Amino acid sequence: MGGKKTDKNWPQYVVVVGCGRLGSLLAGLLSQAGSSVVIIDRDEASFALLAPEFSGFRITGDAVEMEILQRAKVHSADCLLAVTGEDNVNLMVAQVAHELFKVPRVMARVFDPRREAIYHAFGIETVSPTKLSADFFLATLEKGGEEKS
Amino acid sequence: MRVIIVGGGKVVYFLARQFASKGHKVTIVTDNEEEAGAFSRRLKATVLPGDGSDPGVLEEAGARRADVVLALTAYDQDNLAVCQIARRWYLVPRTVGLINDPENEEIFRKLGVSVAFSATQIIARILEERADFEDISNLIPVAEGGVTVSEVVLRTDSPVVEQELQHILFPEGALLGGIIRDSEVIVPRGGTRLLGGDRLIVISESDCYDQLLHLLTGEESE
Repeated sequence: MGGKKTDKNWPQYVVVVGCGRLGSLLAGLLSQAGSSVVIIDRDEASFALLAPEFSGFRITGDAVEMEILQRAKVHSADCLLAVTGEDNVNLMVAQVAHELFKVPRVMARVFDPRREAIYHAFGIETVSPTKLSADFFLATLEKGGEEKS
Repeated sequence: MRVIIVGGGKVVYFLARQFASKGHKVTIVTDNEEEAGAFSRRLKATVLPGDGSDPGVLEEAGARRADVVLALTAYDQDNLAVCQIARRWYLVPRTVGLINDPENEEIFRKLGVSVAFSATQIIARILEERADFEDISNLIPVAEGGVTVSEVVLRTDSPVVEQELQHILFPEGALLGGIIRDSEVIVPRGGTRLLGGDRLIVISESDCYDQLLHLLTGEESE
């Protein structure tokens, strides 16, 4: 990434839920790329993970509370990324954002591959790091095998 | 009926006991191992330690054949996930979800939970009513709070005491379901005369509840 994105499909206003390793990284990259970013986390101390260049807003609170999402102005967001460490929080926040706040683009991280498959079938955009890693490992193995033969 | 209850604590314990005593087949899923042990010793129920929002655990609990799933944990996100997976994946006909944050009620209903109830709100409503009128008890909100069933004790100075029912002008959305007098149930008829100490079971739309209480007690609510 790096540098401003001028693409008109690039989200202007992004809400990131969860400021762990992934959330803080995403928030930093999005903010560098020119999006306005609001990041939410239950624990204020976790904002320490944000890069110093991060220029967005921080909200301390539990995103499964409607009030916190309202405070983050989720209704005017172009995109919401739910990346806390809890699958159920991510799934609920993603669905609230999509159904109630009508956010056009919503994605949730789901560790449990089985739960991920179910919610994916329900029509929710999910990302399973477990499955992605497994796929990547297998693909790499396969490649290694090809080189040798 | 096959019932799966997800959650822990006293509510789950007593609820499971009640269901079991009525002959229902109960399975409890709790993520607290210690509690799971205590439950299985004390209850006539199958107890499964684990995360009830895990599809595999739900399946093991018998979700495919369950008639109803109750999600009663302290976390709204977990209750929602349990109900959604049960309803939409395992096709459980009825799911009941506890809502801790009353503001989440709308989203639970929208997202396919058959009955979403907020204990906070039910208790708040009961307390509010009790604080206003000490003669009223057992207030049960039904139909999503649109209708309430309650018991009103008539004081001797109530404006309707010594009157026949046919002469009492009940609000249109209210109904007198029964009268309990000296532990006997009287079916209300036009000629029934109300007495001080009568316990009236009244069913009322929430809109005219205040009007009804005013009629029966003479007191004004705020």
